[in-house]
Amino acid sequence: MSETAEKRIDHMTYLPGMEVLESDIQQKVIERMEAYDYNKYTAADVKRALNHDVCTPEDFEALLSPAALPFLEEMAQKAQKETRKHFGNSIYMFTPLYIANYCENYCIYCGFNCHNKIRRARLNAEQIEQEMQAIAKSGLQEILLLTGESRKMSDVTYIGEACKIARKYFKVIGLEVYPMNSDEYAYLHECGADYVTVFQETYNSDKYETLHLAGHKRIFPYRLNAQERAIKGGMRGVGFAALLGLDDFRKDALATGYHAYLLQRKYPHAEIAFSCPRLRPIINNDKINPKDVHEAQLLQVITAYRIFMPFASITISTRECERVRNNVIKIAATKISAGVSVGIGEHIEDNDNVGDAQFEISDERNVEEVYQAIQKEGLQPVMSDYIYV
Amino acid sequence: MTTTADNKDKLVIGGHEFDSRFILGSGKYSLDLIQAAVEHAGAQIITLALRRANQGGVANILDYIPENVTLLPNTSGARNAEEAVRIARLSREVGCGDFVKIEIMRDSKYLLPDNAETIKATEILAKEGFVVMPYMYPDLNVARDLQEAGAACIMPLAAPIGSNKGLCTKEFIQILVDEMDLPIIVDAGIGAPSQACEAMEMGVAAVMANTAIATAGDIPQMAEAMKLAIEAGRKAYLAGLGRVMEKGGSASSPLTGFLQ
Repeated sequence: MSETAEKRIDHMTYLPGMEVLESDIQQKVIERMEAYDYNKYTAADVKRALNHDVCTPEDFEALLSPAALPFLEEMAQKAQKETRKHFGNSIYMFTPLYIANYCENYCIYCGFNCHNKIRRARLNAEQIEQEMQAIAKSGLQEILLLTGESRKMSDVTYIGEACKIARKYFKVIGLEVYPMNSDEYAYLHECGADYVTVFQETYNSDKYETLHLAGHKRIFPYRLNAQERAIKGGMRGVGFAALLGLDDFRKDALATGYHAYLLQRKYPHAEIAFSCPRLRPIINNDKINPKDVHEAQLLQVITAYRIFMPFASITISTRECERVRNNVIKIAATKISAGVSVGIGEHIEDNDNVGDAQFEISDERNVEEVYQAIQKEGLQPVMSDYIYV
Repeated sequence: MTTTADNKDKLVIGGHEFDSRFILGSGKYSLDLIQAAVEHAGAQIITLALRRANQGGVANILDYIPENVTLLPNTSGARNAEEAVRIARLSREVGCGDFVKIEIMRDSKYLLPDNAETIKATEILAKEGFVVMPYMYPDLNVARDLQEAGAACIMPLAAPIGSNKGLCTKEFIQILVDEMDLPIIVDAGIGAPSQACEAMEMGVAAVMANTAIATAGDIPQMAEAMKLAIEAGRKAYLAGLGRVMEKGGSASSPLTGFLQ
């Protein structure tokens, strides 16, 4: 441990080759998050926030506070109204495809971290194509490509080639890969990707430092500014997420929403998306930590995101179970994955080149099952709302 | 005005005639909505976001649209004139006809149209023979430029898309109605039949709506209500509205009646 600690590099200093943006967004986000005293908000603040036509950052703070939890039903009602107003009954479907799980980072909570002895794999072009063919047969038209965070094993050209193959089978391509420079995002945009999601995990840099012990991911500001570099690289949309429960989830949710808010104001054309992953608390043990993210707290965050940014896409993860996912799409989520495999090379049979999964999923329904479930809720499954221009 | 709302009262766009003055917008689609728009609202024009027209997909919107309905593809998703032109050309290539509604937005929050880029796209597409229907922010100068560029009608927004807020830009739409020769079609923001009726009374040629019906409790009933409101508004406009006084009443015995 002491050896590891000694080797730890300064997590706030950019490494050679990392692009540094002239941007004050990180500073604004961190300042606001540090100043956020959620205990000062009262029921009156929450009611006022719910009555406003336009949700201000101050209202958003009130909605994320403990005082808002008793108003969860009201928040859900308002969130549902905003969702229907902006998205109608549409629920977008997609699936993630992990093309490699090599990783150079040491994130103590992650199954892919470089010290975990798991089966590593990297699909070659032919295998990627086979996986994509198998997925496309299910009717899906949107794909999210993921790699572990290894520039060495999954370089930008490799990801670009995967995008080019994906263009043959899908109408929408998103990326969830390691953060990169804006010229690299521009290259991947040319290869066919239009959306980039980067999970910041936590916006508390001190906590971040203790969780990400090695690798490029350790550099906190480089990760935080990834979305802005992606927009500068020409990506049409960017996704944000904190892994709720790693640190104080209220502060992390505030920072996530405010980060997205500031970028949307700076780049009005950018499409904004949220994901809402959480670390699950131990069931039936509220006393362990009052900051645990139970289902109610998760819904509070999701509905607060929706009310704050009614036009944003919100994805509900397969980390959540069928019951939660079926209900959250009725309230605030507009995007849902289906037929998910978080391992490598699992969509095709007789594949020797398989890698282990990043985490356990809680909803294993296939595309058809999710499609039917969406329809059953009176909603409209949408495979693509996109055209390449 | 002596014209009445009879069979001769047609909506004419780019030389094409329509009986219905209701156009279904494209924001929120479902089979129920399209059926209601055609059967209960009498829609003859249905907007289609080309980016939603999934060729060969699981749920192909094109399959939902009856053959006797005119398809109005839009360029939603375009952020500038160049992208809009590309989408329009693609739409023609895939057999969606010559009609195109230009939507150019570079604002993901309010989805407000970019007037300057819309003029550019209109000029290019009109020259290529498209029937160009531009969605715009109501500005008389821009409307004149669009006419000059070859637009077949002018489609000002009443309020932000999907907001159901009604005729927020009423005064400026009225200026377009008064000054322009092209049909003015109110697009975006109409949230209730009463608002559609009011727009028609002002003299607009047609009303486009989507969210108002899509988010109603009973879709077919709301579709029919919208149809009746639009017809009522049109008849009122053709009949010539009675005067509205700014304030006070009108004396039946004029004060100046004593004059010889």
